[in-house]
Amino acid sequence: MLDAVVIGAGVVGGLVARKLCEYGLSVAILEKEADVAMGATRANSAIVHAGYDAKEGTLKAKLNVRGSEMMEGVARELGVKYKRNGSIVVGFNDEDRKTLEGLLERGTKNGVNGLRILSRLELLMLEPNIGEGVTCALYAPTGAIVCPYELCMAAIGNAMDNGALLYLEYCVEKITESDGVYTVSSSDGRSISARYVINCAGVYSDEVASMVGDNSFSVKTRRGEYMLLDRECGSHVSATVFRCPSKMGKGVLVTPTVDGNLLIGPTAEDISDKEDTSTTAEGLARVRALASEQVSGIAFNKVITSFTGLRATGSTGDFIINSPKRGFINCAGIESPGLSASPAIAEYVLSLIEADGEKLTRREDFVPTRKPMHFFSELDTEGKNEVIREHPEYAHIICRCEGVSEGEILHAIRTNPKPTTLDGVKRRTRATMGRCQGGFCTPYIIDLLAAEMGVDYTEVTKSGGDSRINLGKTKG
Amino acid sequence: MKYTLKENGYVDLVIVGGGPAGMSAAVAAYDAGLRDILILERDNSLGGILRQCIHNGFGLHRFGEELTGPEYAYRYEKMVREREIPFMCDTMVMGIDKDRNLTAQNSEYGIFTLKCGAIILAMGCRERPRGALNIAGHRPAGIFTAGTAQKFVNMKGYMPGSEVVILGSGDIGLIMARRMTLEGAKVKAVCELMPYSGGLARNIEQCLNDFDIPLYLSTTVVEIHGKERVTGVTVAEVDENRRPKPETKRYIPCDTLLLSCGLIPENELSVGAGISLDRVTNGAVVDGDRETSIPGVFACGNVLHVHDLVDYVSEESVIAGRAAVRFIRGERGEEISLTLKTDGKIRYTVPQRITRVEDTTVYFRVADVYRDKAIVVRAGGAVLIKKKKQKLAPGEMETVKLTAKMLGEVKGSEIMLSLEDA
Repeated sequence: MLDAVVIGAGVVGGLVARKLCEYGLSVAILEKEADVAMGATRANSAIVHAGYDAKEGTLKAKLNVRGSEMMEGVARELGVKYKRNGSIVVGFNDEDRKTLEGLLERGTKNGVNGLRILSRLELLMLEPNIGEGVTCALYAPTGAIVCPYELCMAAIGNAMDNGALLYLEYCVEKITESDGVYTVSSSDGRSISARYVINCAGVYSDEVASMVGDNSFSVKTRRGEYMLLDRECGSHVSATVFRCPSKMGKGVLVTPTVDGNLLIGPTAEDISDKEDTSTTAEGLARVRALASEQVSGIAFNKVITSFTGLRATGSTGDFIINSPKRGFINCAGIESPGLSASPAIAEYVLSLIEADGEKLTRREDFVPTRKPMHFFSELDTEGKNEVIREHPEYAHIICRCEGVSEGEILHAIRTNPKPTTLDGVKRRTRATMGRCQGGFCTPYIIDLLAAEMGVDYTEVTKSGGDSRINLGKTKG
Repeated sequence: MKYTLKENGYVDLVIVGGGPAGMSAAVAAYDAGLRDILILERDNSLGGILRQCIHNGFGLHRFGEELTGPEYAYRYEKMVREREIPFMCDTMVMGIDKDRNLTAQNSEYGIFTLKCGAIILAMGCRERPRGALNIAGHRPAGIFTAGTAQKFVNMKGYMPGSEVVILGSGDIGLIMARRMTLEGAKVKAVCELMPYSGGLARNIEQCLNDFDIPLYLSTTVVEIHGKERVTGVTVAEVDENRRPKPETKRYIPCDTLLLSCGLIPENELSVGAGISLDRVTNGAVVDGDRETSIPGVFACGNVLHVHDLVDYVSEESVIAGRAAVRFIRGERGEEISLTLKTDGKIRYTVPQRITRVEDTTVYFRVADVYRDKAIVVRAGGAVLIKKKKQKLAPGEMETVKLTAKMLGEVKGSEIMLSLEDA
């Protein structure tokens, strides 16, 4: 029997598992997909919000500000790219200016430092490509960007390096409790017992809660469509540019990513299918139109991909982090600013377990650091050549567009949490993520995956399940 | 031949890319008397994309016979080997600067820098991926560019699909329609956004018509269905502004969508070096010698502009190879400075500039399908050439030949190419 089971291998589940591990609990993470970071974590705006948005006094506000403070340190420990690039909320008229002043006041109450209102002229000094109609802006210097799935993979990998277990394709179907021990069963007949269950199941967290009789909330799936532009465009803006919320809606954001691309989106649409990650022509057109008002001169002919992210919107309006039943803890409705708050959510969950009477002390042998997945690309030429002398495969480029070598791909395939799919390799190494979108390197990556896993070429999938890439052999 | 790096890293001529363009340029440079040549190839052997083009139809112009892609490539590889021109495979060029310092890496030497007397860029092109097309819907497995599918089938021996729809009628798409059919797949439709095909007429005939594969013009894929693997696509006809007509939407069940929607010259290195690019070709702006805006850096083949036939690639690369040798010997100087301009009906020319008074073939493509037109070349008020054509199409590259005599007599600094009523 384990101390704790975490349901859901997203960024919240990952950081919670790592935290529990750090404090001496034995932990297993259960994930229904073939890889970690496959739900809301997979595709979102990748922003560490400063904390002016959430209403004062809410868990969202408290954990956002705390999480934003913690994020840089957590990213450093886990070797995850993080950049404090600042956030800008742009307004188009006097009414917007009032709203921005309101946000400034709320942010200050929430404890956000450095907020100020900028005139158009001041704004142009920071962001020369700002839209023509923009008249004013709120500037938040503590806003930052981080890669959500990189953070999630690193947290889970680090937890595993410290003893946590990860079970993939484990779709939780039933939870029973007797004498303070929970048994969590999967649809394919596996089961695991533990004293604590932490529900981090994203858009499914209401269904998981109802398995222990907690029907106090529901979760709606809200989808958002994004466009990702070539790295050539990554410096078109330096800060994250939001639009002032108004009667006309929330607008989209235009932001550089930590990897140097330009990200634009999202739309917001409530849907009944919890996994509808399709994009629509209308949605992408709306993203384009809104983004063009906020920032001028976006090179839409440099779009390399578009995608849809899913957000778990809880019925209470706030994060739902509570213990409806002894030993069972919900982390539900973790929509924006969930990524920003995630390190603080982990801390908060730990405090709930402590409040339950559990004796917690930090493990002395806990290793909080992890070799960055991108360690090689960050070396100078001298350092790279040193690695290459020992491991020549680091000189052999597989993905031309992103310059990813065979050595880096093999390192990813052999590092916790180990990828088994093409998309898994992509998210860890950026291979196939460039402008040719895998046109050249996909056949080679399949070679490496098949050899490492000891499976046939045709068994390698894009993202698990029935997502097979090759269906069979040719006649010859 | 194996190459040993010199202490000072100097090489007279470095050729980036060991495909048909790079090999042809290397052979031409050698035959012009140069010996210190090095070809850098990123794949594990010479030949470039021809290695996976196992169909025939190559070499009719160059060798007067019909060869397969690998056969054509091997002819050139043999010439490279006979001349003992050194090459390094599995070697990726990471950067070039304006002083012709080149950084590359491979397992043998790690990351190394070469000082080059001249450089020829011959990196070829890549296909336009789905993201660049922004088709709505899911992102399941089963969406490939035609070239990736070709690699799976011809190089790896695997079938990436069994029921196929192809978007775009570029030549690789047409070739793959036939190839997949021969391997037992069912190709249900080839959809082309434009009212005409982007491929060669002979490929429409031999790859589609001979196999009863329907080609739908002015039709595009508006949505992709399936979460894990493709289960179907929705196609629709488009109006004259290329906007889908909702009432014509129809669903085609399939497990594979192949994309053949255009080729993009692979110019990352050129951009990094600061070479001026032509916005229409997406390749470098060059003069008649195929010299780019950086002295001593030349470009040829599909990295310069996308060619219809490899024979033309070889032809162009000879020009670049010879000119690079003249540059290294200090024999190049600008004699004249003429800029080639086009009307809207002619989209671009290669070269874009002419600097020497010698016979120069100008390659170009038209913007639409035209009938009974005359290609007219003017300079300084005089008509230099008027050439009648019954039919012109964007899928077929055209040429005009400017003689040394014409160029010597040009008044002014511009040559204008236009398409006029015959």
